[in-house]
Parts: sequence; C-alpha cells; structure tokens
Amino acid sequence: MPSFVITTKCDGCKALDKTACQHICPNDLMVLNKDLMKAYNREPEMCWECYSCVKICPTQAVEVRGYADFVPLGASVTPMRGTDSIMWTVKFRNGTLKRFKFPIRSTEEGKAVPDGGFATGTEDLKSPVLYTEPASSGMAKIPSLK
Amino acid sequence: MANFETREVSTDLLIVGGGMAACGAAVEAAYWAKKHGLKVTLVDKAAMDRSGAVAMGLSAINQYVGLKDGQNTLKDYVDYVRNDLMGITREDLVANIARHVDSSVHLFEKWGLPIWKDEKGAYVHEGRWQLMINGESYKVVVAEAAKNALGMDNIYERVFITEPIMDGNKCVGAIGFSVRENVFYVFKAKAVLVAMGGAVHVFKPRSSGEGLGRAWYPPWNSGSSAYFTLKAGAEMTCQEVRFIPVRFKDAYGPVGAWFLLFKSRATNGLDENYMETRKGELEKWVPYGKVKPVPANLRNWLMLLDVQEGKGPIFMRTEEAIANIAAAYKDDPKGYKTKMKELESEAWEDFLDMTISQAILWAASNVAPEEVKSEIAAAEPYFIGSHSGASGAWVSGPEDLQTDKSRPVYFWGYGHMATTPGIFCAGDASGASSHKFSSGSHAEGRICAKEAIRYIVDHPEAPKVDAKKVEELKANVLKPLNHFAANKGYTSDDNIHPEYIRPKMFMFRLQKIMDEYAGGVTAQFKTSKSLLEKGLTLLSMLKEDSEKLAAEDLHELMRCWENIQRMWQAEAHVRTILFREETRWPGYYFRSDTPGMKDDWQAFANCKWDPKSNTWEMIKRPVIYINEKL
Repeated sequence: MPSFVITTKCDGCKALDKTACQHICPNDLMVLNKDLMKAYNREPEMCWECYSCVKICPTQAVEVRGYADFVPLGASVTPMRGTDSIMWTVKFRNGTLKRFKFPIRSTEEGKAVPDGGFATGTEDLKSPVLYTEPASSGMAKIPSLK
Repeated sequence: MANFETREVSTDLLIVGGGMAACGAAVEAAYWAKKHGLKVTLVDKAAMDRSGAVAMGLSAINQYVGLKDGQNTLKDYVDYVRNDLMGITREDLVANIARHVDSSVHLFEKWGLPIWKDEKGAYVHEGRWQLMINGESYKVVVAEAAKNALGMDNIYERVFITEPIMDGNKCVGAIGFSVRENVFYVFKAKAVLVAMGGAVHVFKPRSSGEGLGRAWYPPWNSGSSAYFTLKAGAEMTCQEVRFIPVRFKDAYGPVGAWFLLFKSRATNGLDENYMETRKGELEKWVPYGKVKPVPANLRNWLMLLDVQEGKGPIFMRTEEAIANIAAAYKDDPKGYKTKMKELESEAWEDFLDMTISQAILWAASNVAPEEVKSEIAAAEPYFIGSHSGASGAWVSGPEDLQTDKSRPVYFWGYGHMATTPGIFCAGDASGASSHKFSSGSHAEGRICAKEAIRYIVDHPEAPKVDAKKVEELKANVLKPLNHFAANKGYTSDDNIHPEYIRPKMFMFRLQKIMDEYAGGVTAQFKTSKSLLEKGLTLLSMLKEDSEKLAAEDLHELMRCWENIQRMWQAEAHVRTILFREETRWPGYYFRSDTPGMKDDWQAFANCKWDPKSNTWEMIKRPVIYINEKL
C-alpha cells in the first residue's frame, strides 16, 4: 500500500487552501478525489515510504503499511512531528512498543536567514570566495593554488 | 490535440531542480544577482520542502572536511576520493567542493539543523568525514533558506522540466509542463543551472511488487539531469561509474552507523568475514586494493564473491557489535544500562531519520539487534555522481585550482560549466567529483551559482529563442497525451493496445534489458561486449517505441518523460561500459571479457550525443592529478 489514507479521518483538507499530502508528496502520488473529498495514493508501488504525507497530514489520516511483497504484517511506525521535535512510536509485530523523541530543528520555523549571520568577505565576482566566506568557513582564507 | 496554455517566463539565471544542490545555488545566486540587477528563477518538479534525495531526511552529513580545525587537509580528502574511485577522478573538482563544503555545514547549523556535539562542543563524528545529525528536517531547513533568499515569487513548484532550449550550441532556457494544470512552460534564460539529481529505476530493482518504490535512492530521480545535458549536446563523463550500495536487505536502511559508529563486522552464512578470507583478492586491484579504507566497490566485490559462490546470506553482526560495546561495561551495570539506552536510540534514529521502511521491517520482523544479526545485500545499480558513483556532465574546473598540465584540459572559462555554453551542473548533474553527498552538493550549487552569475554578467545578451522551435518542442512534449486520446477506446482495456505503450510497462522493458544485458542484479552485476551489444540493439527498438508512449493525464505524462530520461541514461551507460575495455570497479560491474584493470585505461571514458547528426561520440580524456600541489 505503502502510504494509505483512513477514510473516516481524511476530510480532504477542506478548510485549507490545498490538500496537504498532495502538496508535499515528492513523487506526485497523493491525490484528492474531489467527489469523495478523500485523498489516496494513486501509485503505491512508486512510494518511497518517505512519510512526508504522514507527517504533514493535519488530521493524522495517513499511515504506512509496509511493502506487502517483503514486509510481514502487524507492525507500525507512527510519527508526531512538532515544530522543534518529532516523536516516534514503533509497534512490533509481537506487540513490543518503543518510543523515541528526536530534535528536528534549533531555530524558529521560517526564520532561516540565507547568510546565517556570516559576514560577506568579498565583492569580487571573479573570486572563488563565496559570499558568506571566508567567515562561514571558519578559516582566515579559502585555500587556493594561487 | 491537448489544449495547453503556453506560459513564458524570462529570467537571467534558471535553476532547474530543488534538492540540495539547487538550494545551495539559490542562496548564493540570490546574493550576486541582487548586486548585479539580475533575476533568478527556480523550477522544481515537487515541493521544495520535501524534494530531492534528502526529502525524508538524513541521519548523517557525509562530507565535512574540518579544515578550520586542521582535522584534515584538502589533500587528505582528494586522496580519499581518488583511491575510492580507483584513480579516476577530477581532483580539481573534488578539491573545489571540499574547500567550500564546511561552509555549507556551518550554514546548515545556523539555519537550524541540529548537529550532534560532544561535551566540549565539537561535532560528533560517525567516521573521519561524517557528522551525526538529527536530520529529520534537514531538507526542510535547507529549503527554507533557499526560499527566503529567492522569494516564492521566483519559485515554480510542480513544474517538470524536460528539454533544453538551444540557440546553436548555446543553452538559452528550458521547457517543461505543470503537473497540476494544463500549462506548458517556456523559461528563457541567459544561463541554466542543472541540479535535477541522478537516476533510479534504470535497472530492475530487487523488489518488483509493491516494494518497487523502495529503491535506496529515491524513485523520483529519473535521470532528468543526464537527459537535459545530453540533449544539449554536452560531453558526459563516468557514465559507466554507477553505484551499488550495500545496505540492510530489502528496506535498504543505512549501514554507516553500524559499521563506523558501532564497529560492526559483516560475515557470510558460514560465519566467515569476507574482508579477511578474501584479502588476497585485493592484490589484483593494486594500488587501490592496498589503500585504507578499502574502496567501496572493492568491499562490495569481496562480498559479491561470497554471494556468487552461494555463501550467503551476508549478515551485519549487530549482536556481536553490541556485545563488544557491553563488554566495556561489565563491572558497571548502571553505565551499561545508560549506554544500551543511548545505543538503541542512536540505532533507531539512524533508520527513522532517513529510511523509515527499515524501522518498519525490523519491527515487523521482531528484530532485536542485540540478539539477532540482520541481513545486508547489494542493491541494484544507481546513477548518483554525488555519492560513490561518478556519472554526470564533464565540467570545467575552477581556474585557481589548476596546474600547468591540467589547465588546458580541465579549464574552459567558468567553474562547473558543461562543454555546452550556458549550462552549469551541480550535485548528481556533474561527474567525476564523487563523495560530495548532501553537503558537498549544496556547496557545489553555491560554487556553480556564483560562476553562472559571472557568466551572465560577461554574456548579457538576451536569449534568442526560436518560436517555431518552441512550438515543435511543445508538440513533442504533449505527444503521449495526444497519442493516448487518439487511440483509446479501440480495446476494451485501455492498458492493452497495439498502437501504444504506457510508461510503466515501458519502464519494465527498460529495466529488463538493463538487468539482463548491462549487469543488473539478476546477472550478478556481470556483463560483456556481446551482452552489451545485444542490449544496445534492444535499447534501439525501445527508443523507437518511445514515440508510442501514451499518457492519460498529467501525472502519466510526467512518467512518460521520466522514462525517456531513464532510457537515455541507460544508453549512455551501455555505450560507455562498451568503450572502456577493462574492469576497474569490480564491485560496481564486472566485464567478464576484460576482467582486470589496464594501464591505458587510467583515463576518463566520456561520451557525447550530437543533436545534429543523432550520433554518439566516445572520447578518452586524461586523468591529471593536482594532489601534489595541494
């Protein structure tokens, strides 16, 4: 299946300006059935199980069932992605549960400043020194054979 | 005829792709473009937050040289890459990326990527060049900086680029189509920065049911970069240097943490360690067989020899590695418990950050790594010049990293520019500069962007685009839609029709040819002149039949073009393996008719397709080292 959509939980993102899973899927797999207002994975055998759709779904309607041609049934891996960390619940076929929490970013969402606060070291377009360098390299200068 | 609006976008620099290299390019280009009053436009076939190979995240940054603290020198990195690639590498390109890569990593950290630190505040290394990260949102963070630099008004998502627009031998833009609405796009540009990734699904994958999509490298990387540069008449390099990763079997979870961080061994079904029992084989591949670490392709080769002799399965000895770590705590039960908890978290994060399928597979198989060993295997071949393969366009090196000997051969005006004027290549798009990975691809994007802006400032003339030619390109791109519409209904099942082929079956046909004749999994990665020639014959008929590809909707139209791109990547690959009459990377492919390395092939095997005559030219180029000067 790989990613699949639970009918009772999916509302087609009707309150949003776009269907979240359809917006994010890197392989253009998730698509909204406008008649039913439910999303679905149109090409499950092309799914990488990247979980982008699972993580972004506002109603937790998308889950993943391991590839049926080599994964035994009965396990699940479920993320809850917040603004600065992600919680994972791993359920084993034999019922064992493991939970993990990992940080995902150290800055406020949306606030990545392109130059990272590093000073511009050159105005010369011909120089091999890039615009945040040498400050961003941590060196006094960028090595060269010249 | 499908009714498509044509939308024209005029810009100065067009960045095609949205992955790590493209994001690096966006950040650097935005700065220099603003300074010189130029416009930069980026086109991505997906959504930048989760596009490219890092979409899922990563658990490590594989290239960090540590120049500022003197951990390594540029020469160290260049030596490592040259040896891993059995001597065939462009040291000027590798050094150029290596001198800028630490900057990219420092920028990632400022943007918000959590990089592991030790108690002294230093980065935690997985291996000599690898840093451990909490990388679930690696791509989200890197894309954010790129988007903030360019502004969303200059970014087109869900537009799939197919062909270059040419003015004579110069590239002046690109065409493509939206996968969301019936719009055909014409991007006119003074330079195009190609960063559309490598290629997956050229070869038949091990899993061909639902697990077809579980390639190690993402299935949406379809050879767009190679196709674009080939069609622009650019010279290509290392098209034979595919990569075959050895990973946890089937789900392809990463092995780096187990090998490097937890010091695990791999053994065969008889509990033998092929790195020891097959040591003598390394003598055949000197000098590279003697270097440390043993090159990736030779490690593969020793393992494959065991597999070919029926000595599998091959196991990662997780239980042994954990027992070894535990032994250090035998008198410290509390410390042992803490250590095991830490190790468990690290091991699972390694999967959850970048290959969630592997976590599902372990959970579904009730794997307790401290109790049972886990199987590893060689995946199918991929085209990924940014990793341990080397395929990509043949690009100019930087001016200031040439020697007197290399300059006339490796430098033609602008760093990382292809032999086609106006095309710059980064990440998987540029060849012979392996081991750049995510961070180095970002750095190469930055390098390319500055050089592309310099090219535009030096060549300010407006792109000349032939309107008639664009109409021809449009008709050709939309052909699969029209072909389907014109023929459907004749049969009671739209999938089976004597006049057309749908893209999925077309892909399977390509994969079968490559698997059986060009040394795929089924052929145990072995091939020969006779097999390759037969493969080329089959590919030529596939190419003829590509005219009959049929698409029902925009999504399938994208699939048609992805598979045409794969087919071109395949042809370049087969022709180049044929041209190089030796075996140099035995763990990537083995030519049974030319089974060893030859001195006269201490050279690059390049190829070029001529758009005018529709013919291929094979070119041998010298390998010139600069390492003694670094």
